[in-house]
Amino acid sequence: MKILVPVKRVVDYNVKVRVKPDNSDVDLANVKMDMNPFCEIAVEEAVRLKEQGTATEIVVVSIGEAKAEEQIRKAMALGADRGILITTDEAPSSLGVAKLLKAIVDEEQPGLVLLGKQSIDSDNNQTGQMLAALTGMAQGTFASQLLIDGDKAQVTREIDGGLQTLSLNLPAIITTDLRLNEPRYAKLPDIMKAKRKPLDKKTAADYGVTLSNSVKVLSVEPPAERKGGITVGSVAELVDKLKNEAKVLS
Amino acid sequence: MSILIIAEHDNASLAPVTSHVITAAAKIGGDIDVLVAGSGAQSVADEAAKLSGVSKVLLADDAAYGHQLAENLADLVAELGKSYSHILAPATTNGKNMMPRLAALLDVEQISDILSVESADTFKRPIYAGNAIATVQSSDSIKVITVRGTAFDACELNGSASVETVTGGHDKGISAFVGEDLAKSDRPELTAARIVVSGGRGMQNGDNFKLLYTLADKLDAAVGASRAAVDAGFVPNDMQVGQTGKIVAPELYIAVGISGQIQHLAGMKDSKVIVAINKDEDAPIFQVADYGLVADLFDALPEFEKAL
Repeated sequence: MKILVPVKRVVDYNVKVRVKPDNSDVDLANVKMDMNPFCEIAVEEAVRLKEQGTATEIVVVSIGEAKAEEQIRKAMALGADRGILITTDEAPSSLGVAKLLKAIVDEEQPGLVLLGKQSIDSDNNQTGQMLAALTGMAQGTFASQLLIDGDKAQVTREIDGGLQTLSLNLPAIITTDLRLNEPRYAKLPDIMKAKRKPLDKKTAADYGVTLSNSVKVLSVEPPAERKGGITVGSVAELVDKLKNEAKVLS
Repeated sequence: MSILIIAEHDNASLAPVTSHVITAAAKIGGDIDVLVAGSGAQSVADEAAKLSGVSKVLLADDAAYGHQLAENLADLVAELGKSYSHILAPATTNGKNMMPRLAALLDVEQISDILSVESADTFKRPIYAGNAIATVQSSDSIKVITVRGTAFDACELNGSASVETVTGGHDKGISAFVGEDLAKSDRPELTAARIVVSGGRGMQNGDNFKLLYTLADKLDAAVGASRAAVDAGFVPNDMQVGQTGKIVAPELYIAVGISGQIQHLAGMKDSKVIVAINKDEDAPIFQVADYGLVADLFDALPEFEKAL
């Protein structure tokens, strides 16, 4: 089975981003970038499926700026076999990304598409579900466990009330949650090897997809700052403050 | 304008978050209909009919909708939703699962997790774990939106909408429910509780969470956890508060043994009053806390409980 893993280049999860003074966007100049953590979990799951003999080939794709090649190379160092980089002039919308991925799914015919459930920049949580709609496939979102059994995928999902298990016809779209696995670190020889793995460089036009975005960002502002708090010296003082100052306990 | 709201429910009762979405819809303006898609969900429809401001309740009662499978539900809503200007659902795991699929079927974008309605086409939403708030404007003919429940008040319950049955349940046949493992708790629901007590890695193990449960029961509070505590297996995933877990905004949030990574803060920093108890005085959680107590939680928790 071939597995397609879309990955996204995002700000490193440890970075606390700042809003630009003109409120046009967040300031990403000189900020450390990395693979979206949920995408890394998707790559790891694909690699494990290949190690188990379930998957035969892992194709990783990234859409966005040319520098996203770094994230594709990282996925290759972790075990992906080849890559597709689609460069776009502007950051594409979720639906735009889903349409490009649909074109790749048509071309590559994967048995499974594994994606992160959400990117930690836009926090949209949309692309996998949109791709599932466009391909007509079943979707197993927020996966914490994935078992492939013949032409079915059994996926356990993290839902508000606890866990839910579904059986999906393959090919299917799976989006990863935090507990699916713990991604490995790339080894130095594998990082070197990744540099020589095949990478196709494309543009959106190559797939006949016109990117447009019907949702316009008017402004980006910092959130309301919390007023500085105080340090209390004891539990007794804390309870007193909560009762008599904050009045949240009676 | 006309708005369709997807009700959140478990086939037996309507989840309170639905009434918060009604308030968001009322700010957009126009007729409000509510869709209850479920199996044996008549009582949910009757409850939804009482939500103030609702014109009619559409009940799609079919086994295909019993477990809120996105494949079946999105097809139904794409069909029903064509005549509406807005389709809204709470940003619960059900809403997040189904709404993007619906949006793609309708060939429109989806707007996630709105915090405010600026006008019928303009909304505020958090990005970068809530470290920035974007104001976005949609030119789509149908606006597909998920709503952060804690950002809107609950609506009144003095409505008397009609309930209409929608026929034509359809199982797409590509996904099937196998089973579920749902948390059972007598405590208030995490996203709706007035007080939330949360534990982090500092709790050291699952057994020690008993200290939090005891305190929570005395305060009639819900119990949450940081990602670190869930990843370590102390408690199940449904307790996670944070960027990709649950978003809470209670009157009082008590963070115990939680360092306060930005991903956790994203899930709780809109709480009215925040208390942090941590033995590390440099923990970032103290930067957002109204009241910080630098102490060993194993001393402080029993003392706290006794002082109440």
